Amino acid sequence: MNLAQFTIHELHEQLKNRKTTSGELTRSVLERIEAVESRIHAFTTVTAEPALAQAEAADRWLRSGRPVHPLTGIPIALKDNLCTKGIRTTCASRILENFLPPYDATVVRRLKESGAVFVGKTNMDEFAMGSSTENSAFGLTANPWDLNRIPGGSSGGSAAAVASDACIAALGSDTGGSIRQPAAMCGVVGLKPTYGRVSRYGLVAFASSLDQIGPLTKDVTDCALLMSAIGGHDPQDSTSADIPMGDYARALNRDLSGLRIGIPKEYFIDGMDPEVLHAVKEAIRTMEKLGAKTREVLLPHTDYATATYYILATAEASSNLARYDGVKYGSRAKPTRDLLEMYMKTRQAGFGLEVKRRIMLGTYALSSGYYDAYYRKAQCVRTLIKSDFDEAFKQVDVIVTPTAPSAAFKIGEKMQDPLQMYLSDIFTISVNIAGIPAVSLPCGFTKTGLPIGLQVMGRPFEETTILNAAYAYEQATEWHKRKPNL
Amino acid sequence: MATVGTKQEIKYEIVVGLEVHAQLKTASKIFCGCSTKFGAAPNTQTCPICLGMPGVLPVLNRRVLEMAVKTGLALHCQISPYSRFARKNYFYPDLPKGYQISQYELPLCEHGYLEVAVNDRIKRIGIRRIHMEEDAGKNLHEGLEASSHVDLNRAGVPLLEIVTEPDIRSVDEAVAYLRALRDILIYLDVCDGNMEEGSLRCEPNLSLRPVGQKEFGTRVELKNINSFRFVQKAMEYELRRQEKVLREGGRVMQETRLWNTEKEITVVMRGKEEAHDYRYFPEPDLVPLIIPQELIEDIRKTLPELPDAKRDRFVREYGIPVYDAEVLTTSKDLAHYFEACVEAYPQPKAASNWIMTELLRELKNSGHEIVDCPIPPDRLAGLLKMIDNGTISGKIAKTVFEEMYRTGRPAEGIVKEKGLTQISDKGALEALIDEVLQSHPNEREAYRQGKTQLLGFFVGQVMKRSQGKANPGKVNELLKKKLGT
Repeated sequence: MNLAQFTIHELHEQLKNRKTTSGELTRSVLERIEAVESRIHAFTTVTAEPALAQAEAADRWLRSGRPVHPLTGIPIALKDNLCTKGIRTTCASRILENFLPPYDATVVRRLKESGAVFVGKTNMDEFAMGSSTENSAFGLTANPWDLNRIPGGSSGGSAAAVASDACIAALGSDTGGSIRQPAAMCGVVGLKPTYGRVSRYGLVAFASSLDQIGPLTKDVTDCALLMSAIGGHDPQDSTSADIPMGDYARALNRDLSGLRIGIPKEYFIDGMDPEVLHAVKEAIRTMEKLGAKTREVLLPHTDYATATYYILATAEASSNLARYDGVKYGSRAKPTRDLLEMYMKTRQAGFGLEVKRRIMLGTYALSSGYYDAYYRKAQCVRTLIKSDFDEAFKQVDVIVTPTAPSAAFKIGEKMQDPLQMYLSDIFTISVNIAGIPAVSLPCGFTKTGLPIGLQVMGRPFEETTILNAAYAYEQATEWHKRKPNL
Repeated sequence: MATVGTKQEIKYEIVVGLEVHAQLKTASKIFCGCSTKFGAAPNTQTCPICLGMPGVLPVLNRRVLEMAVKTGLALHCQISPYSRFARKNYFYPDLPKGYQISQYELPLCEHGYLEVAVNDRIKRIGIRRIHMEEDAGKNLHEGLEASSHVDLNRAGVPLLEIVTEPDIRSVDEAVAYLRALRDILIYLDVCDGNMEEGSLRCEPNLSLRPVGQKEFGTRVELKNINSFRFVQKAMEYELRRQEKVLREGGRVMQETRLWNTEKEITVVMRGKEEAHDYRYFPEPDLVPLIIPQELIEDIRKTLPELPDAKRDRFVREYGIPVYDAEVLTTSKDLAHYFEACVEAYPQPKAASNWIMTELLRELKNSGHEIVDCPIPPDRLAGLLKMIDNGTISGKIAKTVFEEMYRTGRPAEGIVKEKGLTQISDKGALEALIDEVLQSHPNEREAYRQGKTQLLGFFVGQVMKRSQGKANPGKVNELLKKKLGT
């Protein structure tokens, strides 16, 4: 077996026992990238040289006999909206095509401190706006299970890279499902942590009150390991929570006895892909067999989640993206006669269609005379959606749903219809609105061989509970062991 | 009795609300660790956060919150237990994020007031709100052709915006309010009050209405005013301009006008139609501020005695006139000087007289602040004691005072060295008097014949011969005795 095919925890054992080196492992991953990148295109930037230098440093550390972090020497890919000092961070946008951040994001700093190796920056929908990675200014990413299909989005590059062994694990960001939905479509594990669990410092903002960074991995154990490395309080992010964080990997066990699982009927809707429905129902039965008790719960405001999301997220985005004005960094249209023309031409040329659409939507929602009807109303609905979950979590410990209403769709299938595209996030959006954690993991395949994702949601800061539920299910099944044929 | 044919001329009343931006005296910026020092080379006091780099986040400087609460308490405001930051969105090159972090709904302080003395009357001016916000940078155009540069050193410097109710009814009231507010900010040690350097900026909102009318007229906002003098001039100009418009039957337009310092006029900057829609919304990168009552009480304990309270205490405790107390409490340092002086020489009125006349004049002439005064308060007390116990005359004291101010030496030394001690010895004075009488036989004869107003002449001559050192009271007494017999 090629080294690139292993998981973090397997490779950690090998590195610790000197069965391999980070140098060998990193070269193996870089070779894999070389082999599949022309078909998958998961990366915007591959950082081979710095990666090999980091691997060398990791090997020195490993040889020194000092205590070794589970991520020391492990090749990781980073979504291209995480700032990396001196390494191009584009957000898959023309406007940041040549942007070199002067600082590292907190998660990047933490991974560096743990000795991780960065193999590259992954493709995404521009500024994380999209569900298929088709909104990238730098080309499409293909789904490793079917090259004619999208990998999901917006963290499609990260999900595709993990699924195709082009990295051992990756980080993504999730504003409305951008980690979980591509994880589901690519058959990997993806966690959206509780809002405030992971520092957002250095994550290029899309919608500040919804964005969270999280791991995309080959299995739940890796997810727990990576989560422990990136989470925790950060004084540089005022919204990061000063709440102690457990050792997620150590807390994993296969015991589901007594776990109360809620099944929200609002998530099992007519017109849903029957194969998805079947796989999720099977998964729930498996969890029952493992000792969990299921019951129906109500999340009555689910219908309003998508509308609420597209007001709040676009409003925040319209403000967050105002800084790309051609004055300080990024691209600037030339020549222009005056300031206004510079602003307009720079943004006209620099942003893609979907980003412009969302800036306009958000600007409109915040405009005087419309604020109360849109933004303020959406904030009120947000409170209602939150309290739906509060009520449900009084009765159950976790809530289980499909991650997405269908498996990966064809490239181009939904590009002409933004509303159809937006609906591929209907099962993931409420989690961001409520700020709760949720994990997606593989729970089956369609007849045509496309992965299906299972979503497990939990109470705020109870990542341990959902990871353990996911782990127990994963260990009782074989889905996570399948690899795409490339 | 009504007179037919003449139209009663309408009298107008001015209505003013003031927006003041005060730069807080923190060492670092409001949302990052960069220095706030004025005058550094462009863009040397910046970091990814105040440059608005992608991905950065603000973290509130705790000192800013403390200073804001302190100011709110001093201005009798209610401190909101729950407050939020908001984004004010607009594009400008000196605004790196494309929005300013400010407060909109739920400001930190509301419903306060400030009392000011105008024409011997105390006027209460309502404070609508006080909120915290970040300053923008500065665009540089000078000496540049077809391009502009941006200096972001000032971007992120903490400001308080202090907004009054439209309670002000004259230019004098506006200026008095500004002065009083500036005094308080300096007293609180939260702002240096320097208008020229932009630490204190004032934007008046001004409208006219016929006296007796309830509704406000259309208001005009004035910007770009950087001294007290110009606040007054700009408002007076605007008052005249609006009155003229109204008298000629025109309408005042709602607009923002800029004060032009050279021409001393206001010119239109933008009209109502061009007003920005700032699209305020709650800042999602900062959590709402929960201000516990204990924090407010802790900060209240740090409040110094404020000018009005100090003024009242001076009148009560030292028995000096209200006017004296008002002058002495305009600055915390001056008030402190007075109290230190009185402690060493417990004659408050005498101390007040000397400080208000001699000392303030010398300070003004030499351009010193009271803290740099070369005469420490205990030395001034020493001088006053020497007058009081008759060692020197009041007139000599003024000479000694000037010398003290010039050299910084104590009065005793100067008096001793220059032999300025007053002559009160009977024998010595009589000798001087005899000399004078002998050298002026004619005047002496005239006095004897009833021209008693010549007494002053003789006193003057004796003083002259003593080089001013003779005790004038004693000289008077002895002369009368000698001439009368």
